[in-house]
Amino acid sequence: MKHVKTINVGTLKASLTKPGCKECANSCQSACKTSATVANLPCEHN
Amino acid sequence: MKIHKYKMFDKNIVIDVNSGAIHVVDDVVYDCLDYYETKSKEEIVEILLDKHSKESILEALEEIEYLVKENMLFTEDFYKEIVLNDKSPSYIKAMCLNVAHDCNLKCKYCFASEGSYEGKRSLMSAEVGKKAIDFVIKNSGYRHNIEIDLFGGEPLMNFDAVKEIIEYAKEQEKIHNKNIRFTITTNATLLNDEIMEYIDKNMGNVILSIDGRREVNDNIRIRYDGSGTFDTILPKIKKMVEKRDKNKQYYVRGTFTHENIDFYNDVVFLADQGFNEISIEPVVLEDENPLAIKKEDLPVIFEQYEKIAKELIERKKAGKGFKFYHFNIDINGGPCVYKRVSGCGAGYEYVAVTPEGDIYPCHQFVGKEEFKLGNVFDGRIDEKLSNEFKNAHIYNKPKCMDCWARFYCSGGCQANNYSFNGNIHEPYDLACEMMKKRIECAIAVKVFEEEN
Repeated sequence: MKHVKTINVGTLKASLTKPGCKECANSCQSACKTSATVANLPCEHN
Repeated sequence: MKIHKYKMFDKNIVIDVNSGAIHVVDDVVYDCLDYYETKSKEEIVEILLDKHSKESILEALEEIEYLVKENMLFTEDFYKEIVLNDKSPSYIKAMCLNVAHDCNLKCKYCFASEGSYEGKRSLMSAEVGKKAIDFVIKNSGYRHNIEIDLFGGEPLMNFDAVKEIIEYAKEQEKIHNKNIRFTITTNATLLNDEIMEYIDKNMGNVILSIDGRREVNDNIRIRYDGSGTFDTILPKIKKMVEKRDKNKQYYVRGTFTHENIDFYNDVVFLADQGFNEISIEPVVLEDENPLAIKKEDLPVIFEQYEKIAKELIERKKAGKGFKFYHFNIDINGGPCVYKRVSGCGAGYEYVAVTPEGDIYPCHQFVGKEEFKLGNVFDGRIDEKLSNEFKNAHIYNKPKCMDCWARFYCSGGCQANNYSFNGNIHEPYDLACEMMKKRIECAIAVKVFEEEN
C-alpha cells in the first residue's frame, strides 16, 4: 500500500480462540503497585 | 469508538480499537479517516480537495476500504456478547498478603496511613499466612499459577513470618501441583545481605521503592523523625539489583506527585544509576491534598511521558536501553481478549488478606468494612460482593465503552473508581487521561522499533 504501513494486523480477534485460561499474571491497575497496564502481560497459555 | 488516531514523533498513528491493528498512515489517509464512516466518496473528495489531490484521496479511500474488509480498520466489537454470556466459574489465583500493617517510614502520600490502613498497627502471624495460602490453593480450582504479593506497610518488618509462610507455601504447592510465584514490595530500608540473598532466591519479582532524585525522594519518603531515606536506600537498592539473578525480574519503582511533575528527570536519574527496569507512577490522592495530581498538571505530565518515550528510543539506539514499565506493551501478542476485558480481577480472582486474616477485594479496599469479603479462617467469601466485582468489566462501564483504550486498560482501578466517584463502574478521569497518554507513547515507541 502506498498510503498505509501496517505495523501489526491485530491479535484481539484471534485471541478468542484461546480458552481464556487466566494463567497469566494479575494486573493491578492502581498506582501503588507496579503492574498497571493489562496489555503488558505476557500470555501464558501453553 | 472504533478507531483512535494521533500524531507523535512526526508519525500519524492509527489504532483499530476492536482488532488491535496498528497502522502508520500518511496525511491523506489521516484526514480521510475523519469522514470515512459518515460521508460519501464524493463528499470526502470535496471536503479535502484544498489539502490533497483528488487522485491521492481516492487512492487513500481505496486502501482504507481494503483494511476495513480485512478487519483491520473500523472493526466492530466482536466480544460483548461472549463476555456478557460468560457463565464460567472464577477462581482466586492471586493474593496480596499484607504481612505487616506497620511501617518504619512515614511517606507523605501513603494510601495505607503509614502502613496501619487506618486500623491498629499489626504484623501477620505465620499461622494467618499459612491459612491464607490454604485459602488461595483451595479456591484456585484448576489454575496452575498462583501469585502471592508480600505487601504492607513494610513486609520486611515481619521477615521471620515471611520466611515461614513461604516455606509452607512451597510444601503445599508440591502437594497440590501448583506453581506459586512470590513478589515482595519493599521500601528497601531493611535490606541486608541475608535478606537480599533470600529475596533473590525466593521471589519471582522484587519491587524496590525510590522516587528518583534525592530532593524528590527526601521530600516525601521520610522517617518518623522527618529525615530522608535516599542515602540509605540507594546503595541498598543498587546492591540488590547487582545481586539479582539476571533471569529474574525486579522493578525500581517510584511515585510522582504534584511537586515533581517533571518526573522525566527522575526516570533519567534512575536510568543513570544503572537501573534498567523502572516504573514511576502517578500518586493517587484526594483532590484537597497538596500532593495530588491536578487537572492543570496534565499538559506537563503528557510532555514528560513523551520525553520518556524519546529517551527510551535514544538510549536503545545507543545500546543503553532500559524498560519503563508502562510502555511494555506487546502489540503482537499480550493477553487474550478475555483477560483484557476482565482487568485486574479484584474481588474474584485477586484478593488481599490483612494480618487478622480478613479478606478484601484488593489492598486498596482494606479497612473499608462494606467491602470485607470474608476471613481465611472460615474460608468462605461473600459471593454476592464477589460477583459485583466480576461484573464490573468494561461492558458494564459506560465511559469505557466510548473509550479507545479499553482493551489496553481494562477499565481502570476499581478502588480508585470507588474513591473518586463512589462507584466501581465509573472510571477516575485523571487516571484515564494519563493511562491513554501512556498507551499512545508505548505504541509510538513500538512503531519506532518495528520500523527500525
